Amino acid sequence: MNRPTAAGKRMKNDLTRQQYLDLYYYMRLNRAVEDTMVKLFRQNKIVGGLYSSLGQEAISVGSAYALEKKDWLAPMIRNIGALLVKGVPPRDVFMQHMAKYDSPTKGKDGTSHFGDLDNLHIVSPISMLGDLIPVMAGVAIAGRYLGQKIVAMTWIGDGGSSTGVFHEGLNFAATQKAPFVLILENNLWAYSTPVRRQVPLENLADRAKAYGIPSYIVDGNDVVAMYKTAKEAVDRARAGEGPILIEAKSFRRMGHAQHDSAEYVPKEMRTYWEARDPILLYEKFLTSEKLLDAKGKKEIEDKIEALLQKERDFAENSPMPPGEFAAEGVYCTGDDCHKIQPKWERDKSEVMPPKSSVQAVWTVEGFGAGKGSGGGVAPIHFGDTPAAEKAENEERLAPKSAPKTIAKKKSAKAAAVAAGSRKARR
Amino acid sequence: MVANSNGSKTNGGPVTFLEAIKQAMFEEMERDPAVVVIGEDVGVYGGAFKTSEGLLERFGWERVIDTPISESAIIGAACGMSYLGLRPICEMQFIDFIACCFNQLTNFVAKGHYLWNAPAPIVVRGPSGGGVHGGPFHSANPEMYFVHTPGLKVIYPSTPYDAKGLLKAAVRDNNPVLFFEHKFLYRRIKEELPAEDYTVPIGKAAVRREGRHLTILSYAAMMHTSLEAAEALSKEGIEAEVIDLRTLLPLDEETILQSVKKTNKVLVVHEDTKTGGIAGEIAAILCEKAFGDLDGPLMRVTSLDTAVPYSPPLEEYFLPNAQKVFAAAKELARY
Repeated sequence: MNRPTAAGKRMKNDLTRQQYLDLYYYMRLNRAVEDTMVKLFRQNKIVGGLYSSLGQEAISVGSAYALEKKDWLAPMIRNIGALLVKGVPPRDVFMQHMAKYDSPTKGKDGTSHFGDLDNLHIVSPISMLGDLIPVMAGVAIAGRYLGQKIVAMTWIGDGGSSTGVFHEGLNFAATQKAPFVLILENNLWAYSTPVRRQVPLENLADRAKAYGIPSYIVDGNDVVAMYKTAKEAVDRARAGEGPILIEAKSFRRMGHAQHDSAEYVPKEMRTYWEARDPILLYEKFLTSEKLLDAKGKKEIEDKIEALLQKERDFAENSPMPPGEFAAEGVYCTGDDCHKIQPKWERDKSEVMPPKSSVQAVWTVEGFGAGKGSGGGVAPIHFGDTPAAEKAENEERLAPKSAPKTIAKKKSAKAAAVAAGSRKARR
Repeated sequence: MVANSNGSKTNGGPVTFLEAIKQAMFEEMERDPAVVVIGEDVGVYGGAFKTSEGLLERFGWERVIDTPISESAIIGAACGMSYLGLRPICEMQFIDFIACCFNQLTNFVAKGHYLWNAPAPIVVRGPSGGGVHGGPFHSANPEMYFVHTPGLKVIYPSTPYDAKGLLKAAVRDNNPVLFFEHKFLYRRIKEELPAEDYTVPIGKAAVRREGRHLTILSYAAMMHTSLEAAEALSKEGIEAEVIDLRTLLPLDEETILQSVKKTNKVLVVHEDTKTGGIAGEIAAILCEKAFGDLDGPLMRVTSLDTAVPYSPPLEEYFLPNAQKVFAAAKELARY
């Protein structure tokens, strides 16, 4: 398992100046958008709940910044920063929370529960945790099928990593070698339950072992480390290495939502993490590297203030939806409603007969020797096994402590069986 | 069991219900490379009932995807695939297992179009229903959980012709469609199918037998039971009109109301359990829209409000049959 830590990666100067400043801008924007929403909430302009990612901005921003425009992401409730990086205007976030008619869901849902299939490639989350994992695995598989060379990314919390669908989704993604990156945002608390009461593991990245996929652990309050780790994972996933899990260690500075004062959090813990504020840490770094001075900082602050004033005005002036709109849109009414057409970036004939047709080529001694099977050596599988993969399987499955001759014999058979159980390889 | 009402030229000999489903998937995959099949044992093994036999050999690994035993992953992944324009057909090995992905279907898939304008053109199909001694976890009729879920469409055909035409329509529909296949019918009925491509419209019921004394509304295997009872009733001078609902969501109210206008009496027959079955919904619709047309109470013949029991005498007692339908219809005819 490749697990670089933040300390080793931090100070490498391989980002451009603009990239360094982008990361700073989006973190500041993320925080400013949420600060604005706290004000709106206190003015009773936010209809429902408000969830904060205070102190976790580096995770959303650093990971989403590693994606390309064509890539897909699905945010969780605390990933407003990822949406901003992907190109969502702050007004959409404000209007979602304010249940306005001009919001992406036109008032039908709130918070970060919205998406954009056509342009920004964002899948909307639902409140049931973990459900995005198989969905984004499906996005990744479809992208590969269409030849788009995309990567799909989503986030899950320490709490959400205990759901059944987390397991089903990640396991399936692994069997499919889907180009999928999962950021496990360990903020130490699932509502009021501390991570130690949820998971008997020191590092949640260890969950990856169960799926045979690589994992990283990264300091979630270090935006450069977050970005570099995510970039490496995205590159690996795009190159066909399969899903990758990144555990980003951080802390949920606010309660579960605005109503929760989080008095269950020990003071020492809060003090420790407040001193490690990701924006303050990054400002220190940028200043010491001479990437940002007081003037540059002021420029960014002014830019954000002007932008958010405009965005907030727009949101506040947007009307509420008309009541009767509730009755609309349950079903897609056909091509006039949505013209559903996949974007093929490979030759379609590759997936149509005769090119798509496969033949039985793998045989395993003794398999299928039962009644009616046609003999002792029967085909158990179809398709081809790349030689490199077969060797890799043999190596992985050879028990290290066993005598050499037995290990070899065992591993050849085990490798064949393992290969037989892996269905779609590419 | 039923004669083909379709007069067009056929595909070469009568085919089973199961073969009709296989043909639909095969032809849709030939027609459109966006159509893929995903489920447990659908590839190498060809499906537990062999409905997808031969698909892998013809269409390859990328289009026929064997999954782990993970129903939520199947539905979730299919939903994600559909966001990029694919049209996955998901198989539940037995429809009972759809309970395992209830959340994915009802909260994620069904609500997407309404909430954030994201259609999910997926089909979820699988063998359902009792009468084959499959026991409590391989015999269920869970259609009403989903009829109660806005955003889904629910189809439950009774003939090979409809199975093929409705499955094709489901694949081409832009909404998530649940397609129930009554396994009792898989190999018991045969029908000549047209050689050319055809679909059957979703949301349209079919009048299987015309009559004037009362209307029997039914679907799936119970449609055949109802026809059998109607034959017996006819011998006693009671002409029952038998309507095959075919689609439960959206329900074809128009065809139902037209028939009621003519017969003024309604018997609903379904294999689903009684409480919360479609008969209750139909009763409410008739009260709202055809109260003045009714000459008698809406009656229903359904399974018992229990799990589907395993032992043959228990299962026989549990299920509706032609005798029970006959008796109920006779009683209704007296009004």
